[in-house]
Amino acid sequence: MLEITCPWCGPRDETEFDYGGEAHIDRPKDPDKLTDEAWAEYLFMRKNPKGPHLERWMHACGCRRWFNVRRDTFTHEITAVYRMGEKPPGDGA
Amino acid sequence: MAKYSIFSLLRNARDDHQNWPRVWRSPEPKDAYDVVIIGGGGHGLATAYYLAREHGITSVAVLEKGWLGGGNTARNTTIVRSNYLWDESAAIYDKSLKLWEGLSQELNFNVMFSQRGVLNLAHNQHDLRDLSRRINAIRLNGVDSEFLTPAEIKAFCPILNTSPKARYPILGASLQRRGGNARHDAVAWGYARAADARGVDIIQNCEVTGIRRKGRKVVGVETTRGVIKTGKVASVAAGHTSVVAAMAGLRLPIESHPLQALVSEPIKPVLDTVVMSGLVHVYVSQSDRGELIMGAGIDAHNSYAQRSGLHTIEHMMASIIELFPLVSRLRMMRQWAGVVDICPDASPIVGKTPVEGFYINGGWGTGGFKATPGSGWAFAYTIANDRPHPLNEPFALERFSSGRLIDEHGAAGVAH
Ligand SMILES: Cc1cc2nc3c(=O)[nH]c(=O)nc-3n(C[C@H](O)[C@H](O)[C@H](O)COP(=O)(O)OP(=O)(O)OC[C@H]3O[C@@H](n4cnc5c(N)ncnc54)[C@H](O)[C@@H]3O)c2cc1C
Ligand SMILES: [Zn+2]
Repeated sequence: MLEITCPWCGPRDETEFDYGGEAHIDRPKDPDKLTDEAWAEYLFMRKNPKGPHLERWMHACGCRRWFNVRRDTFTHEITAVYRMGEKPPGDGA
Repeated sequence: MAKYSIFSLLRNARDDHQNWPRVWRSPEPKDAYDVVIIGGGGHGLATAYYLAREHGITSVAVLEKGWLGGGNTARNTTIVRSNYLWDESAAIYDKSLKLWEGLSQELNFNVMFSQRGVLNLAHNQHDLRDLSRRINAIRLNGVDSEFLTPAEIKAFCPILNTSPKARYPILGASLQRRGGNARHDAVAWGYARAADARGVDIIQNCEVTGIRRKGRKVVGVETTRGVIKTGKVASVAAGHTSVVAAMAGLRLPIESHPLQALVSEPIKPVLDTVVMSGLVHVYVSQSDRGELIMGAGIDAHNSYAQRSGLHTIEHMMASIIELFPLVSRLRMMRQWAGVVDICPDASPIVGKTPVEGFYINGGWGTGGFKATPGSGWAFAYTIANDRPHPLNEPFALERFSSGRLIDEHGAAGVAH
């Protein structure tokens, strides 16, 4: 089980959190003008890297707030936690 | 290939079974092949076999970074069934089931396919309505499926807790009698042996690290054992499908997650069928050695580690004990996980890609073992003819932009 540090509540067990998948996917500003391919890109295509991954978590059994995490998908090591709207620290992923 | 039979058994008994021939060669990689297959799991090996057998293409290499069957092939709970909701799924999974029915003879290798039936349980009114709808849809597609009442379920599988007072009351079930189990690694070995006999090179400990392209065309692969030239590269890398696709510059609608299973200590035969419950997310069968084999759900987060959290098993065990009270007194012996590649519609991607000569067979997620023969069969056709077979045409990558998704989430329940 992961131990995740909520930016507001501190370190807690993974079971207190909901996972929100890849972070920093912006909703297209003008969906009506998108091609089907661009819409598919937004909705479905994912980086799914083996290594550092920027992802969203929500502290469901605590403060119920969303935040971002950088976690390695092979070692499960968490190397950054930062708030929604913030850029990933350092070189990103 | 030395044929296995009662006579070869007797012949080899004379010298204490010390001189059985090797099951497949371990050749050095050649400089070039007509087709290079990435991934020596069941699907990759089946693809190689049907390329040789159905299409006469034998200049084929299967490159496996570890050992045959070290991936999900031999990590899965081996449930085989074809009771899927949508027509497209019914067609490819039932093709597969038909191939399973003759597979041991076809490969001259006992894959121990046992049609012991697969039960899918309904625990509430919604489940029950959904189950009835599915049974009807499945039968309309010519696939066998029947409804069992709680009393019939109790007679068919006595160790299930069918008491109306149970935490998860059982209101009904669907039964596919043609479904069942097979021996996982025998499937990899059987296809490997039969493909090798037709001239396919099976190369283990050989990881593909890059895909070489000229313009939009594939020209070769880079591996830990050198560069191999080829005009056709077929990715059959299961949990690593996104990683391999990225080598060809493609992004896919796939995310990788750990999926785990565990086995109990061996006990006397108590369960002669497969039981699945979509609602509480468990699936159980008993191995020939007597162990109960139980599978859980995926861990929520993306992962390429072949391990997963204890809380996922705890959740599963809590449900299993409610369904099968006798399990509460069993010790669990081994636990493991595989990395499964999941598409948003829980259906696979099998077909061509925007990169010429690069083919993908992946996204089978938590339920691709059952599809091994049919998937390899249709994929081999696609590679040989450079166009999909009608069986896998609906499973093209384009469905994510056309919107023709094949949504099997609800249909598959636990999706194995
Ligand atoms: C716990 C668990 C339970 C499951 N239960 C069921 C079930 O009951 N019924 C069912 O139908 N399905 C089930 N599945 C799903 C099923 O196992 C998979 O869908 C299926 O096995 C995937 O196809 P495969 O056998 O070819 O994969 P794999 O055996 O994983 O083959 C892929 C191979 O590609 C290799 N590879 C990856 N990258 C590279 C590279 N760069 N170079 C060279 N080689 C590479 C890997 O080492 C691996 O051997 C389950 C899976 C798990 C993990
Ligand atoms: Zn919190």
